[in-house]
Amino acid sequence: MAAPTMDRSTAAAPATPVQTLTISKALNMGLRASMEANPKVIMMGEDIGKLGGVFRITDGLQKDFGEQRVLDTPLAESGIIGTAVGLAIRGYRPVCEIQFDGFIFPGFDQIVSQVAKLHYRTQGKIKMPIVIRVPFGGGIGAVEHHSESPESYFAHTAGLKVVSCSNPADAYWMIQQAIDCDDPVLFFEPKRRYYEKGEVDTTAQPGKLFESRVLRSGTDATLVAYGPMVRTSLDAANAAAEDGTSLEVIDLRTLSPLDLAPVFESVRRTGRLVVVSEAPSESSIASEIAAKVQQECFYSLQAPVLRVTGFDTPYPPSKLEEEFLPDLDRVLHAVDRSLAW
Amino acid sequence: MSSPEQWTHPEPDAAPAATAAKPTAEQVIAGLRATDEGGADLVQLLTPEGERVTHPDFDIDITPEELRGLYRDMVLIRRVDREANALQRKGQLGIWVPLLGQEAAQIGAGRAMRETDMAFPSYREHGIAWTRGINPTELLGIFRGTDQGTWDPVEKRFHPYTIVIGNQVLNAAGYAMGQKFDGKVGDDEGEATMCFFGDGATSQGDVHEGFVWAAVYDAPLVFFCQNNQWAISEPTERQSRLPLYQRARGYGFPGIRVDGNDVLATLAVTKWALDECRHGNGPILIEAFTYRMDAHTTSDDPTRYRLSDELEMWKLKDPIERVKVYLVRQQWADHEFFESVEADADKLGEELREFCTNMPDPPAERIFSNVYAEGNPNLEAQRDEFLDYVSGFAGGEH
Repeated sequence: MAAPTMDRSTAAAPATPVQTLTISKALNMGLRASMEANPKVIMMGEDIGKLGGVFRITDGLQKDFGEQRVLDTPLAESGIIGTAVGLAIRGYRPVCEIQFDGFIFPGFDQIVSQVAKLHYRTQGKIKMPIVIRVPFGGGIGAVEHHSESPESYFAHTAGLKVVSCSNPADAYWMIQQAIDCDDPVLFFEPKRRYYEKGEVDTTAQPGKLFESRVLRSGTDATLVAYGPMVRTSLDAANAAAEDGTSLEVIDLRTLSPLDLAPVFESVRRTGRLVVVSEAPSESSIASEIAAKVQQECFYSLQAPVLRVTGFDTPYPPSKLEEEFLPDLDRVLHAVDRSLAW
Repeated sequence: MSSPEQWTHPEPDAAPAATAAKPTAEQVIAGLRATDEGGADLVQLLTPEGERVTHPDFDIDITPEELRGLYRDMVLIRRVDREANALQRKGQLGIWVPLLGQEAAQIGAGRAMRETDMAFPSYREHGIAWTRGINPTELLGIFRGTDQGTWDPVEKRFHPYTIVIGNQVLNAAGYAMGQKFDGKVGDDEGEATMCFFGDGATSQGDVHEGFVWAAVYDAPLVFFCQNNQWAISEPTERQSRLPLYQRARGYGFPGIRVDGNDVLATLAVTKWALDECRHGNGPILIEAFTYRMDAHTTSDDPTRYRLSDELEMWKLKDPIERVKVYLVRQQWADHEFFESVEADADKLGEELREFCTNMPDPPAERIFSNVYAEGNPNLEAQRDEFLDYVSGFAGGEH
């Protein structure tokens, strides 16, 4: 079922089309626009109604759309996902909020066994237009299970699509595009960047959902990142530029399917690639990119693909997270190693 | 019911300690009683001897024609089951999941539903599929390995078989919530949903969560638990201290135990429950007290964990025989009728065999088809590369 076509410019038109917004507010406005455009769009999650979500992403939506479209659900993630499956079969387009990354695992069974497979099992007779929003990543000084990066589990699962936004404009548009998508979409939100600001043009879609994008052109090496590490990579590129090194920065945006054409094109020019991600490196998105790039750009590579990632450990106590998380220095160190290879 | 303590906490100085796998003789006898007797709350309208009995809360007006129909349904679906079991033995199916003994539970429940109601099965619900108008041939591919169910779940209002135990209970709860959100609940024209699962599934978290969700959203959902006494090798005592229907009370909705080998009682209780739900008084739990007369699947060997005495006892409670006795006693059916049902069963069995042995293997492209609704260019490239590789072999065959 395709979502009804709609004119977004009238659906959520503010007084001025270009505004400076936080990622948090942009997501909120994007969700609101989707709910206004399609009465079948409903929100489900813990504390998303009256409270507006622990990060306030759904702030005000229950007040305006009612308790039947913004559901404060019982406290069980398998229940949220499992009932969303039934609602989707009934013709709804559920948007599920998982409160924190580390709480998605009780819902993992329903995501992998039902959400991902029903379209295949029924050969297209049942569609699963479900969006699962996950605030992910560390850097907020939280207790255990509140700082994880579980995206690889889902990218590894056929039938799911996985995206991550890194800035307010993408947050506003990508969430709406994900809701319009007839496939289930895991939507990873960079929680430590929620309150970073940027310009959002609410009248013009910046691009398609499943496309990667070059954010900064460069000639000496390529950085690829997604979600919270995009900011880190851009900062690294700024710092490198002061030392005369020109880095190209690509925001992956889509983790499954991967859109690596811009990466291949870039690496063929620069000959060097550093992939940046908070997730542990083993069997990760970063590993998949390294494998595909060596296959497609073998003769262009001047150095092996390097990965700057979280370590292959559980997420550490938060006093250690500055060491655990890739930062500007670790990214530049990897760039130096690549350039010196 | 035997007390679960008997199974797990033997008296000090008593006979050698028992385990679930190796109970003492006394415990076996206690266990036999437990499966044989549904207890005082069991709703029954037709005894195993074919006598019509009354119940203070439930009754049903049934015409001779309707009862002949139920009889025919049960005989035909039993034949489907036995044919499919035999097809597995002949190597035509990879596996089969027998429903033998559960015909009344499934036909009674299935025939209580309206076309506008929705059903979410587990994987043993061949009788429910039958009542939803699904040709039994459509079940075969799942077990032969040619497909994963070919019926249209939206048109038939019969969800695909769900193999992960308990998953479908949450899916059903969500669907029933949707019926309510759509304004389809509240009067006699209302819609309802039925969800099927077994005694083993009641231990799953998803079933608990399904009970919670349906309860707090007042979903029009009938939870239909076929307690066939065995979850592969584990008896119901391994799943619960409490008779399963009594669990409903803890969630705040009614729970009823019905004789699952009595098609009339199952039909009456399920119709009532569905009507309650369509009027907005759901959810409701029905525990159909029945027995799995055959193995869990064709790969299972029940002689390793249960006694043939138990099976013999349940043979006396056969769901089909008691209806036959009643039909004859009432003079609602004659020899000619029973002959015609047998002839229909023979024909159905033949169709099934014919269909099964002629089922083609799916083409290699099927591996890649419909993984996504909106496609995936990387997967399409992988498919093309593989098909190109396959076509490189002589005759295009790998």
